[in-house]
Amino acid sequence: MAALEPQPRPLLPEPDDDSAPFWDGCSVGELRVQTCTGCGHRRFPPRPMCPACRSLDSRWEALSGRGTVWSHVVVHPPVLAAYAASAPYPVVVVALEEDPTLRMVGNLVTAPDDPINSIDPADIAIGQSVRVGFTEVVGSPGPDGHPRTMILPRWMPR
Amino acid sequence: MGIRDATAIVGIGQTAFAKSLPESELALACTAIRDALDDAGIDPRDVDGLFSSTMEPNAEVEVARNLGMTDVTAFAQVGYGGGAGCGVVGQAALSVATGQADVAVAWRARKRGSRTSRPWAQVGAGIPGPAQYSRPFGLLRPVDEIAMLARRYQHEYGLTRDHLANVALAFRKHANANPNALMHAKPMTRDDYFAARWVSEPLCLFDNCLETDGALAVVIVRSDRAKDCRQLPVSIHAFAQGINDQHQVMTNFHGTDPLRGPAWTTARKLWSLADVGPGDVDVAQLYDAFSPLILLSLEGYGFCDRGEGGPFTDDGGIEVGGRLPVNTSGGGMSEAYVHGFNLITEGVRQIRGTSTSQVADAEVCLVTSGEGVPTSALILTRGAA
Repeated sequence: MAALEPQPRPLLPEPDDDSAPFWDGCSVGELRVQTCTGCGHRRFPPRPMCPACRSLDSRWEALSGRGTVWSHVVVHPPVLAAYAASAPYPVVVVALEEDPTLRMVGNLVTAPDDPINSIDPADIAIGQSVRVGFTEVVGSPGPDGHPRTMILPRWMPR
Repeated sequence: MGIRDATAIVGIGQTAFAKSLPESELALACTAIRDALDDAGIDPRDVDGLFSSTMEPNAEVEVARNLGMTDVTAFAQVGYGGGAGCGVVGQAALSVATGQADVAVAWRARKRGSRTSRPWAQVGAGIPGPAQYSRPFGLLRPVDEIAMLARRYQHEYGLTRDHLANVALAFRKHANANPNALMHAKPMTRDDYFAARWVSEPLCLFDNCLETDGALAVVIVRSDRAKDCRQLPVSIHAFAQGINDQHQVMTNFHGTDPLRGPAWTTARKLWSLADVGPGDVDVAQLYDAFSPLILLSLEGYGFCDRGEGGPFTDDGGIEVGGRLPVNTSGGGMSEAYVHGFNLITEGVRQIRGTSTSQVADAEVCLVTSGEGVPTSALILTRGAA
């Protein structure tokens, strides 16, 4: 049995067949989206079938990692214990440069490894230009008792 | 074709609403159903259709054997939490209209501490599904997800906090007249609204629904049978459900127009099935887990143009006596939050003429379920005499 948690850990994604290539991209510093091999339509979140041409064939395309803030919130308590110490903290939705209808939820920070509350929410505005970075996040222990870690995207002003 | 006015709601029942009730969810559900059948004057042994939400904690078999039902011949559940309510009633109506059941019950019981009531508060080792792209970044609660849409709506349409306050204050005023409302004895001022703590900016505490224990039920029969029941029948004039293009549940940030959600799809179908249009609606019960959903619903169901939902609420626009009285029992924000089922029973009371904030001569009531998720809506009318 795993020992009692010394401290609450942030939530980590649970990669699946569709999402694993996205998270794998993050671990090598690439922001990838799924692109239909048949018609070239890009889609996010990843899924098996292209909604434009119904093809099951897709490839993963590394994008520029540039985008703009589409919307943003400031999360206040009460929240899960792992996030409470950082609250209030901002969360943004970023519209990607290559296709602004592709949008990703994320954290806008001063540098990839900085805390999720490192930017003053008053300095965040819709339309602001941002660029992606990546940071390692330590989660709760898995079945082997070791903490799971994953590389997640972060966003920074540019 | 269609089921226009083919069925009617002939009974409603509800338990007390409270932050915490001692009874089990099963006891609450059975109490509400028993009282709804009593309201209609129908013996529980005559019930043969059972309809609920996929988040309902009580199985049909448990409900049936507690209430001593005999042969149940139709049962189904509708998904998507707050989007389900009107869909549950509508699926029951479809079943009755087509003869799969003669007497159908639709119900919802909910306790805030329940395993099934707050799935977002449960922490697993990893976050699967679409939420894996949002929750790890601290977009944790439903309010955070709707606040994201609300900020974008502010940006596109100039929504102000005064518009959101209009919503909260209108529903509170209606709750103050309703002895069954959790907030019956708690008046609210505009200053109270602006003094409230933030929950997820741009939304504060009073932009959120309550957390409530309680249960509600409605009884549906064919319109020809409804005339024999105890109460004035309330006709299910039209019913529709909706999932829109490229919709994603709650975190609907994708596609070309994320602020145009399932309400628009549902509305298009609903009005196409009805003899009435938005201009004929006397009173509306609009799903209000969060105040911005009211503005989106006013637009989606055609009461005003895109971006005009905020100004629509000005000058008492959604209070009794205003342009369109909304949530006349106090709604989810000030009466009780039971996944919108209390909006359905209040719609019935308005048509019966028994609301505590009665709209004079109300003949047409729109009831909606949650915008922001796959949703549903009903048009309730007095029907044929």
